[in-house]
Amino acid sequence: MAEPMKIRATLQGDVADVRVLMAHPMETGLRKDSAGKLVPLHFIQSITAQLNGKTVFAADVSQAVSRNPVFAFKVKGAKAGDKLSVTWQDNKGDKRTDEVVIRAGS
Amino acid sequence: MKRALVLGSLAVAWAAAAQTPDPTAAEFDKFREIMEQDNPAELFEVKGEELWRARRGPKNASLEQCDLGLGPGVVKGAYAQMPRYFADADRVMDAEARIVQCMITLQGFKYADLAKQPFSNADRTPDPVSLITYVAAQSRGMKVAAPQNHPKERAAYETGKAIFFYRAGAYDFSCASCHSVDDKRIRTQPLPNFTKPNQAIGAVQGWPGYRMTGGVMHSVQWRINDCFRQQRFPEPGYASETVSALLAYLTVNANGHVYRGPGIKR
Amino acid sequence: MGALAAAVAVGLLSPGRAFAAWNKAAFEAKSAADAMRALGVSNAEDSKDIEIRAPDIAENGAVVPIDITSNIPGTTALSVFIEKNPFPYTGTFDFSQGAVPYVHVRVKIGESSPVRVVVAAGGKYYTTAKEVKVTIGGCGG
Repeated sequence: MAEPMKIRATLQGDVADVRVLMAHPMETGLRKDSAGKLVPLHFIQSITAQLNGKTVFAADVSQAVSRNPVFAFKVKGAKAGDKLSVTWQDNKGDKRTDEVVIRAGS
Repeated sequence: MKRALVLGSLAVAWAAAAQTPDPTAAEFDKFREIMEQDNPAELFEVKGEELWRARRGPKNASLEQCDLGLGPGVVKGAYAQMPRYFADADRVMDAEARIVQCMITLQGFKYADLAKQPFSNADRTPDPVSLITYVAAQSRGMKVAAPQNHPKERAAYETGKAIFFYRAGAYDFSCASCHSVDDKRIRTQPLPNFTKPNQAIGAVQGWPGYRMTGGVMHSVQWRINDCFRQQRFPEPGYASETVSALLAYLTVNANGHVYRGPGIKR
Repeated sequence: MGALAAAVAVGLLSPGRAFAAWNKAAFEAKSAADAMRALGVSNAEDSKDIEIRAPDIAENGAVVPIDITSNIPGTTALSVFIEKNPFPYTGTFDFSQGAVPYVHVRVKIGESSPVRVVVAAGGKYYTTAKEVKVTIGGCGG
């Protein structure tokens, strides 16, 4: 059901620049569909990111985050080859986890 | 002498005023770069690549043998060199028309089904839209080079030009009403002058585009149809020669400029 | 009451809180002040060490890019409030194990509004805000 995220994790010195694209409608509960019916609230509530299994970044968010969310954050002390995973969970209980390997910067 | 000086400084002031960028537009441009850096269009690019490689349709075939003008299966650079003439169809086709053609001939899909709801909305992104996002991304960083070699390519340019300047409808409107003068804008949006090469790239750049309004991916076909709708014209048929011709005119005018790949739009 | 507020405040400060307790009362609050109360934020001190980079005028209120950096030592979390939105509390971001107190997020802003950021650092709260104007655009761009 949930579609894959696109994650980029690139080193700049010893800081990993992590940029995440998520596919999600982020419905506010206020939008009407073509039939004029309100589309129910449906949004990502929580996000966590782990570096080699340790939580480094966590967020709780509201439906005010834009559709197809974009997040970026930075993790110090990361190395090329480290594993970075991101998980989100929405208000309907849907979940998605994707993992990438941190790449050396150019 | 004095008068010449006054006139001279007036001219300088005038030129400075003309060159001072609109602060609102400058603010939009500054943040557009940030938006382009992480563009949800990439999610559709990934989906489009999957669709390109997947065996689908009544013939259970992939699109990997689709000829986008550079030979069967060659995707790299193809988008920047369309619209172009295709002998098998004996007409000039823009990228979306060609992809639709390949879906019909290689995979066995029916035009009527593809044309039924060809444009994206909040609940659905039609397959050709994802496919074209993938194909367009493979021309990222390349120069726009729509060919004008075949007589039908030159004819399409002339037809497109005629459509661009054709004024009619309830508002006595043409494409040129909005897009043939410098420094026009609608509300906060600047309107490029497509008759000038350095601005014509504005018709190509950023398409296919992820539209912030509604958060949907759109191809340039959708944009052209929406221009017709806003002119109170009947909308052209999906993937029709009318759209290919208009795109030939706009794209050839933009030849030589670097295409930055799928974009993000207001 | 004091103990409860303190416990909630600890909730905001402690990492790995996400998934455990999404603060419904704060997210459903109709004013930033009520949301902050629900989060246990009190006595937030104005600070110049929080940078909010957001457009002065947003091209489209549906997608407003915001970069937030806290230069306050010991920053563990930051929260965002879009004061004029129907539900102002937009989210809390926790940083731990070397995460830099920086986040880029894109949000919906219904009308021109201050975007307020509250930073939790060393058991205290710091705040700043930036006004973002929302306009009506043209055709399909």
